[in-house]
Amino acid sequence: MVPTSYYLVLSAVLFGLGVVAFIFKRNIITVFMAIELMLNAVNLAFVTFSRVLGELQGQVFVFFVIVVAAAESAVGLAIVILIQRNRGTLNVERVDSLKD
Amino acid sequence: MPVLEYLWIIPLLPLLGAAVNGIFGGRWPKKTITAVALSSTTLSFLAALEAVREFLSLSSTEIPWTKSYFTWISAANFRADFALQMDRLTVVMLLVVTGVGWLIHIYSTGYMHDDPGYRRFFSYLNLFMFFMLVLVLAANYLLMFVGWEGVGLCSYLLIGFFFLKQSATNAGNKAFWVNRIGDFGFILGLLLIFRTFGSLDFATVLPRAAGMAADPAGQVGTLTVIALLLFVGATGKSAQVPLYIWLPDAMEGPTPVSALIHAATMVTAGVYMVARSHAIFLNAPVAMQVVAVIGCATALFAATIGLVQTDIKKVLAYSTISQLGYMFLACGVGAFGAGIFHLMTHAFFKGLLFLAAGSVIHAIGGEQDMRKMGGLRKKIPVTFWTMCMATLAIAGAPGFSGFFSKDEILNEAQHASPVLWGLGVLTAGLTSFYMFRLLFLTFLGAPRYDEHKVHVHESPRNMTVPLIVLAVLSVCGGWMAAPQLMGGVNYFERFLAPVLTTGAESAARESTGGGGQILQALIGAPVIAGLVGFLLAWWLYVSSPETPKKIAAALSAPYKLLSGKYFIDELYAAVIVKPLVWLSDRVLWHVVDEGVIDGSVNGIAHISRESGDRLRHANTGNVRSYATWIVFGVLVFTSLLLWMVE
Repeated sequence: MVPTSYYLVLSAVLFGLGVVAFIFKRNIITVFMAIELMLNAVNLAFVTFSRVLGELQGQVFVFFVIVVAAAESAVGLAIVILIQRNRGTLNVERVDSLKD
Repeated sequence: MPVLEYLWIIPLLPLLGAAVNGIFGGRWPKKTITAVALSSTTLSFLAALEAVREFLSLSSTEIPWTKSYFTWISAANFRADFALQMDRLTVVMLLVVTGVGWLIHIYSTGYMHDDPGYRRFFSYLNLFMFFMLVLVLAANYLLMFVGWEGVGLCSYLLIGFFFLKQSATNAGNKAFWVNRIGDFGFILGLLLIFRTFGSLDFATVLPRAAGMAADPAGQVGTLTVIALLLFVGATGKSAQVPLYIWLPDAMEGPTPVSALIHAATMVTAGVYMVARSHAIFLNAPVAMQVVAVIGCATALFAATIGLVQTDIKKVLAYSTISQLGYMFLACGVGAFGAGIFHLMTHAFFKGLLFLAAGSVIHAIGGEQDMRKMGGLRKKIPVTFWTMCMATLAIAGAPGFSGFFSKDEILNEAQHASPVLWGLGVLTAGLTSFYMFRLLFLTFLGAPRYDEHKVHVHESPRNMTVPLIVLAVLSVCGGWMAAPQLMGGVNYFERFLAPVLTTGAESAARESTGGGGQILQALIGAPVIAGLVGFLLAWWLYVSSPETPKKIAAALSAPYKLLSGKYFIDELYAAVIVKPLVWLSDRVLWHVVDEGVIDGSVNGIAHISRESGDRLRHANTGNVRSYATWIVFGVLVFTSLLLWMVE
């Protein structure tokens, strides 16, 4: 049987990759995928603990997260398309109107 | 017992009138405003009459009639109800306030007719009636204090009625401030009453105070302190030395206000309060002496100032102060009934004097200086004759109301102290002199105004009718006391006796009434003093009008002292006002306010602004840098959490 720590380390590594990608990538779609990666890293941690503790809540949480992530990606992709249409770019550096 | 059950209706009606006129009356024509203001006071007067009628048929076990309508304050062992009370003292006050107030309301519809502030005037005046009735009907000291402060507020509003005039605004402020001093004493008195008796209800406090052992003569005990503190309140409201200075300035208000508030009702509230608390005062001999001395001193002091005033209303103002002094003199020598009696007759004749003075001012187009009047007798006969009645009454001419009440006071004072009596008689002479001086200067002699410019006219009927009614009252108002002179009973004092004296005392007092007093009273010292005052005034202002100037020139120093009102205002300005202003300006304003308070507030604002200015550069709008900050924050907090768990 694979030890629990393996799953958790994998989850942490995936999460870390997501964070790094989120911070350093410039393309919005990549940033977006980084977010999904982080969410799924968390899902993995949930499922792991669910199995270790023998309880179902963790898995229920995962379903919630998946549903919300689906909705979020639908909205997020719509936003990405609008940004592309309005600004003609997908570079995060150029989308900085928050400071105004 | 319909009205007695619902006593609150008597004060509520004027309050309604004030509210309706004040809130909705903005676009109403004068007729509607008049109708609202007059109907509320008329109904209130009628309700008061009905209440008195029902009250008189009560059996003696039901008196004092107290009705509690709701609990107003209840905290720990302190409890104050909105409770109204009726006893014989209340009856007198109630009738004076609603009756004279009603007449003055009618008069005002004529006097204020062309004033742009007509609606404001009547809503204030109605509001005043409300507070005055609360003061009179209250069944505990706290509710009385509400009325007390309320009438003070209305007095302030009405003194400063012509608020575009700087002097009127100043006079209003002065009245308010001076009254604060008195009210401070009153509040302290209330606190001490509560501490001593555990209640503020008259029904609890007064019997207990009466049952307590009297403070020994010459010593100051709790009761004496309470009495003195209450009396401080009374000196403020009733314009006694040393707090009388606001009343002469209060003449800046419209004349009906002077008549109602500053002569007939509000200023007598102090006398009423002292009489109401007589149980406390009677057990505090030192306080009684103070009251008598202050009252007597005020009576004489104000009368001397009144001798040389030239403004018709100022003469009456000083006269009012002087007469209030008489009332306190009566209270101070233990003759509370005589004090209240004089309060009532004074409300009639002084109210009338002010209204008649207002009619004179109205007739000659706003002039108040008596040196610019003269010869008005034929032109405004109704005003002249009514004013004559009032002057005779205040001067104590035999048969008029003032004669009976003043005689009663001086009689009681004579038993207490010959000095007080002597000064009282002297004051009676002075009173007679300055009142006849006023009458002669105004109505007799040659006209001293410009007859081509000023068209003198008698006042309209809604002004003259109240004058006539009050004139009748000024003449007959004292006749209840008349039988005493023929060896009978003073019906007024007998009426008040259940409230104001214990049984033994009233019996003793009644037995002193003996035959032969009528002659004694008629040729008594007060009447002679009044006659001398009259003759002197006649000689100086009618038969040889040049003499007063010569006397003034010959006695220039005393004359200046009197016409400068003993320079008390200047003294207060130098001793109290100036140091206060200096302290406020130099210390409280420039150091405390600007330095400490503004400094700390501005300092905090400065720090926030500076730090905000520095931090705002972190706000780049770059999503990735925000994300970095978030990650950084998460790391910091997570490690903090881990560190704490370990």
